Amino acid sequence: MIINDKKLPDLPPPTSTSGPIGWLRNNLFDTPLNSILTLVIGYLLVTNLVPLIQWAFIDADWIGDSRDACTSGGACWVFVSVRLNQFLYGFYPESEYWRINTLFVLLGLLLAGMIYEKTPKRGWIALFTLVVFPVIAYFMLHGGSFGLPVVETHKWGGLTLTLVLALVGIVASLPIGVMLALGRRSHMPIVRSFCTIFIEVWRGVPLITILFMASVMLPLFAPEEIDLDKLVRALIGITLFQSAYMAEVIRAGLQAIPKGQYEAADAMGLSYWKKMGLIILPQALKIVIPGIVNTFIALFKDTSLVLIIGLFDLLAIVQSALADPKWLGYSTEGYVFVAFVFWVFCFAMSRYSQYLERKLHTGHGARQ
Amino acid sequence: MSTDSMSVSDQVMIELKNVNKWYGDFHVLKDINLTVNKGERIVICGPSGSGKSTMIRCLNRLEEHQSGDIIVSGTTLTNDLKHIETIRREVGMVFQHFNLFPHLTVLENCCLAPIWVRKTPRKEAEATAMKYLERVKIPEQAHKYPGQLSGGQQQRVAIARSLCMNPEVMLFDEPTSALDPEMIKEVLDVMIELAQEGITMLCVTHEMGFAKTVANRVIFMDGGQIIEENEPQEFFNNPQSDRTKLFLSQILNH
Repeated sequence: MIINDKKLPDLPPPTSTSGPIGWLRNNLFDTPLNSILTLVIGYLLVTNLVPLIQWAFIDADWIGDSRDACTSGGACWVFVSVRLNQFLYGFYPESEYWRINTLFVLLGLLLAGMIYEKTPKRGWIALFTLVVFPVIAYFMLHGGSFGLPVVETHKWGGLTLTLVLALVGIVASLPIGVMLALGRRSHMPIVRSFCTIFIEVWRGVPLITILFMASVMLPLFAPEEIDLDKLVRALIGITLFQSAYMAEVIRAGLQAIPKGQYEAADAMGLSYWKKMGLIILPQALKIVIPGIVNTFIALFKDTSLVLIIGLFDLLAIVQSALADPKWLGYSTEGYVFVAFVFWVFCFAMSRYSQYLERKLHTGHGARQ
Repeated sequence: MSTDSMSVSDQVMIELKNVNKWYGDFHVLKDINLTVNKGERIVICGPSGSGKSTMIRCLNRLEEHQSGDIIVSGTTLTNDLKHIETIRREVGMVFQHFNLFPHLTVLENCCLAPIWVRKTPRKEAEATAMKYLERVKIPEQAHKYPGQLSGGQQQRVAIARSLCMNPEVMLFDEPTSALDPEMIKEVLDVMIELAQEGITMLCVTHEMGFAKTVANRVIFMDGGQIIEENEPQEFFNNPQSDRTKLFLSQILNH
C-alpha cells in the first residue's frame, strides 16, 4: 500500500471571473479577435459619441426666443422650445389648449390605470378607454356642443394630430383585423372570398396611394351631398390599410393553435363565437403580440405620411417651421426632435409588449 | 368489485345504423351498426387506421359521417347546429393529447363549459369543479396552469373537465397512449372508478387489463368494419375471427 503524506503545493488562485475586470475579460477580451473588435468599436464609439453629446447637450443652447440666442455652436434647441406649442397643438387656438391638455391627462391616467396591475376594476377602465373616451375626445377636440367653440379639423396638427391618427388607427384596426382574419379562415365561401380579396387589395396598395385616393379622388366620384372631412377620410384609409396587415398577423396566430384546441372546444358544445372568443383568440393573440405591436409601431410612424394630403402632423409641422426664414438652417434640430418624439412612443409600446408577453406566459409552449 | 352499481339498463343511449364515412376515396367506416345501452362500458380496440377513433369522433360530430344514422340520447345527428350542440352538451370527450386550454388555470378549464354552455352560476360551477378535481385526486392543482402539470395529471384534469358538464356519455380516445408508462396507472385508476359509477363509456384503448376489468363488451375493428364484439371473457379467451386472434397475439404476447 502506498500512502502519500506529503502535502501538495497550493495551486495559484483561478483568474478572476467576477467583478468588473472579470466581466471585461470574459465578455470583451476573451479571444484575440474579440479584443481587436472591442478596441475598434470602442474607438468608433468614442470618436462619434463624444462629438454628438458635445453637440446635443454640452454646447447646446436651450433658452432664448430667437436665433440670436444660439451662439455656442452646438444644437439650437431654442428653435424647438420657441415653437413647442405649435409642434404639440398645431393651429389649434391658443385659448382652447386646455381641451387638449385635459384629454392628454385623462388618457395618461386611464393608461396608467390599465397598466398598473393592482387597479381595481381594470376591465371597466379598459372598456371606458375604448368606448367612452373616444366619444369624450371627439367632443372635446371638435367642440360644437356643451358650450365649446368648434375647432375645425384643418386646425388640428402637430403631436395632437399624430396621436389622434395613431390611436384611432390602433384601436379600430385591431378588431377589424380580427374579424378579417376569422373571415379568411371561415368555411363560408362568400365570407372567405370577401375577406381574402379585401386583405389582398388593401395590402397590395401603397399607403400613399390610399391617402391620395381618399383625399383627391374620392370627392371627385362621390355625390356632392357626401362631404366627408379630410381627416375622417385619412383615418378610414389608414385604419383599413392597417387592418389588412393586422388580419394577416392574427391569421398567423390562429394557424399556430393546435387542432386539438378547436376540437376540445367543439366537444364541449361551445358555439363558434364562444370558442373563438374564449379559447382560440386569447391564445392566438398572445402568440402574435410581437407582430401586433410591430404593426402598431409601423402604423404610428406611417401616420406621418398624411403630410402629403395636407394634414400637418408632427413631422409636417416641424418641416413647415423649417421653412420660416427666421429659422433657416436648423433642420437637424427639427428632425432630431421629431425622431426623438416618435422613438419615445414606439419604444414605450415595445417595452409594454415585452412586459405583456412575460406576464401572459403560463408555462406552456415548451410542452405539447 | 360490486356488480350492482355496474348494472346496464335496457334504455338505448347510442345507436349507429349503417354508418359510412369516406376521406376522399378512402372508405374509413363501412356499414357500422352498433347499439350502446345506458350504463354500458365498451372498449374498442383494433390496429391503427382501423377507424376506431373516427367512429367515436363521429358520435359528437368532430367528424362528419356521409351516410347512415347516428342517434345519441334520442337526438339524431344532422347538420343542424342545434342538434349538434345538444349532443355535445351530453357527451364528454377525453383526448389522447389532453387538449387542455393552456391559457386557463385547471379550475377555469373545468368551469368554462358549465358557465358558458350550461349557464351555471360561477360559484356553483367552481364548487362542482372542485368536487370532480377531488375525485381525480388533484384538488391542490386547481390554481395551476396545465403547462405546470405532468401528463398524467393533465389527463386527469381533462377527465374532470368533461365530468363537470355532467355528461350522459363519456368518450375516451386513446386516453393513455401519450403518457409515460408510470403515469398510465393513475389515469386508468380514475377511469375504473368512473366505470364503477355506472356512466356510459366508450373507450378506444389498447389497455387490455382495463378492458378485462370494466368492459361489458369489447369491440374489435379492422379496415373500417366491426369484426367482432363480445364480452371480455369470451373475447380474450375464445376469439372467433383470425384477425382478432392475430391482433390479440400481437398485443398480449410482447
